[in-house]
Amino acid sequence: MSHITAPQSVALTAKLRQTLGQIRPAHVVVTLVLFIGAWLMIFPYIWMVSSSLKPAAEVYDADFSIIPKTFAGVKNYSDVLFGQPYPRFMLNSLIVCVGILAVQLLTAVPAAYALAKFRFRGSAILLGTVIACLTIPINVTSIPIYLGLVKVGLLDTYMSMMFPFFVSVFAIFLFRQFFRGFPDSIIDAARVDGMTEIEIVLRLILPAALPAIAAFSVFSFVSHWNDLYWPLIVVQSQDKMTATLSMMQYQSEFDTNYGRSFAAATVVTIPMLLVFLFARRAFIRGITMSGVKG
Amino acid sequence: MARLTLSDIHKSFGSTEVLKGISLDVANGEFLSLVGSSGCGKSTLLRIISGLETPDRGTIEIDGKAMTALAPKARGVAMVFQDYALYPHMTVAQNMAMPLIMARLPFHARLPGMKWLTPHLAPLRAEMAGQVEQVAQQLHIDHLLERRPAQLSGGQRQRVALGRALVRNPTLFLMDEPLSNLDAKLRVKVRTEIVDLHRASGLTFVYVTHDQVEAMTMSDRVALLQAGTLLQVAPPATLYAEPQSIDVAKFIGSPEINLLPVCAEPEGLRLGATLLPLSHGFKPGTDLIVGLRPEALRLSAPGLAQLRPAEGPELQLDMVQASIEDLGSEIVVHGAVAALPDIALRIRAQKSLQSGVHKIALPERLSLHAPMATAVIFDINGKRLDPQSVARRQEALA
Repeated sequence: MSHITAPQSVALTAKLRQTLGQIRPAHVVVTLVLFIGAWLMIFPYIWMVSSSLKPAAEVYDADFSIIPKTFAGVKNYSDVLFGQPYPRFMLNSLIVCVGILAVQLLTAVPAAYALAKFRFRGSAILLGTVIACLTIPINVTSIPIYLGLVKVGLLDTYMSMMFPFFVSVFAIFLFRQFFRGFPDSIIDAARVDGMTEIEIVLRLILPAALPAIAAFSVFSFVSHWNDLYWPLIVVQSQDKMTATLSMMQYQSEFDTNYGRSFAAATVVTIPMLLVFLFARRAFIRGITMSGVKG
Repeated sequence: MARLTLSDIHKSFGSTEVLKGISLDVANGEFLSLVGSSGCGKSTLLRIISGLETPDRGTIEIDGKAMTALAPKARGVAMVFQDYALYPHMTVAQNMAMPLIMARLPFHARLPGMKWLTPHLAPLRAEMAGQVEQVAQQLHIDHLLERRPAQLSGGQRQRVALGRALVRNPTLFLMDEPLSNLDAKLRVKVRTEIVDLHRASGLTFVYVTHDQVEAMTMSDRVALLQAGTLLQVAPPATLYAEPQSIDVAKFIGSPEINLLPVCAEPEGLRLGATLLPLSHGFKPGTDLIVGLRPEALRLSAPGLAQLRPAEGPELQLDMVQASIEDLGSEIVVHGAVAALPDIALRIRAQKSLQSGVHKIALPERLSLHAPMATAVIFDINGKRLDPQSVARRQEALA
């Protein structure tokens, strides 16, 4: 501090005082709450990364430390990446996520347009049904869908992994809210100009709805990438396994190598972490746009 | 070029009957305004003509061809919307070309990217671009062709909307309050532009507005709509001078027409203690309403210029002045008949008649002169009493 001259130091103190003067108790509380919230979110992730670097025995060590005592990272990660057909799992995940998203958009956009812009008998009931379906968890429908897939012999196929998610009521609802804001007079003008309803959707509604579609795409992609429940039920063979499901391989009743499991979990979440970092804005908008978390 | 015939159009939304049997003929090349206060059904009628709504009952014919069941695009009509309804993510050129693309290109050629896959359609595309260019020049927007609607001012957007409607050579030009989103000065300018456009194109125009000034200044004929029924269809001057009902008389003209409730007596019409010098031979005891336009009334007071003697019978009333609106070229005096204080009166006078009085200072008590030749008489239900029959009765009485 010796090189700071007296007037400079006075100015610095004044600035510091000014900064401190702007801090209000409410801000302190908000920051504290946010900090605790962020810590609660991020700590399990740190724990996971830390454990993925430890040998199995150390994961359950009562004497917990973030830094592994014995570094087993290389072994754990090479087991995950090279000890199994890992690229295959990633490809499976990609096929399933892209397939689901494509059909979801194909079904949701026309349905949402009809619900947003057409007056027809029963439209209110249909919309009510859509909203009611938002409340049905997958666990309720999974048994009938599973039995159906067994009957038609589709178990252990990509189709069986994607089928239950082809129609997203969340997407229908989200797009419907978004389309409703589109001016009716522009649609009327398009009809007078000679556009068919399909062309109205393709030429006018879709370009205007790109933010909503981007937001939903990120949302859908992330949630199906992370889905463990459904692939676990319908997939049996290793060549149909998704990346998320592949983590389960290291679990057995007697001996689970938790170090390797955590390494697998880390590797599986990295693509989603990247997606989130790049599409953070779209993702947040997807959740806030309709006030619903799907 | 088209003649439009509407017969007995009915339309209900839920339990509300919006149109209650509208029959209307619009001649080829005519400029017809549909006027009425908001909610009277004028926009719905326009949407029915365009095909965006279907009537519950009744038929629409254009040039004698039944259009009732046809989709908008099959009717050959163009429509301009109140909020312009431009396609937001397309350029002005793309906006204006859209009706042509839809009418001339087959479906597969309209899909994105097909421009390069259908080279045999290139001459057609060039021709359409030329048409867009030509209409843009006509409307003085050719320098804006590459802009998007968001980059344009209100007046420019309005012109693009007009251009988009014009480019397809419509048979019928429909406009739904196209000026109401413009500011007052621009509105007057675009108003004359639309009239010029009508004259130059010779097309049939149906123009919806709630603004009586627009209707009166622009149209060949005005159709006044109220609560789903047509009150009167007539040229603006006729509508003003010969209203068929009190509702028409009240809607057209600003300030509003003066309405005096009178009672028929053998020797004339009684208004309070005054006897109006009108012996129309009405049955004694009948209640009637006499309508007098504000500019037909004249004022006299001590200190004001002498009035020229009136031709024909004249009513003279004592009046109490309430307020004066000075509009520069003219003044509007609000007041009441002295004997009947709850009857509001509006008098419009040219300011030059005030003989050099710049600051208007009228005495509170005035004398009102109303030439009875300009009076319109309605029965108590608001229906105009036929001027001919009134005249005949007057003759019979004489």
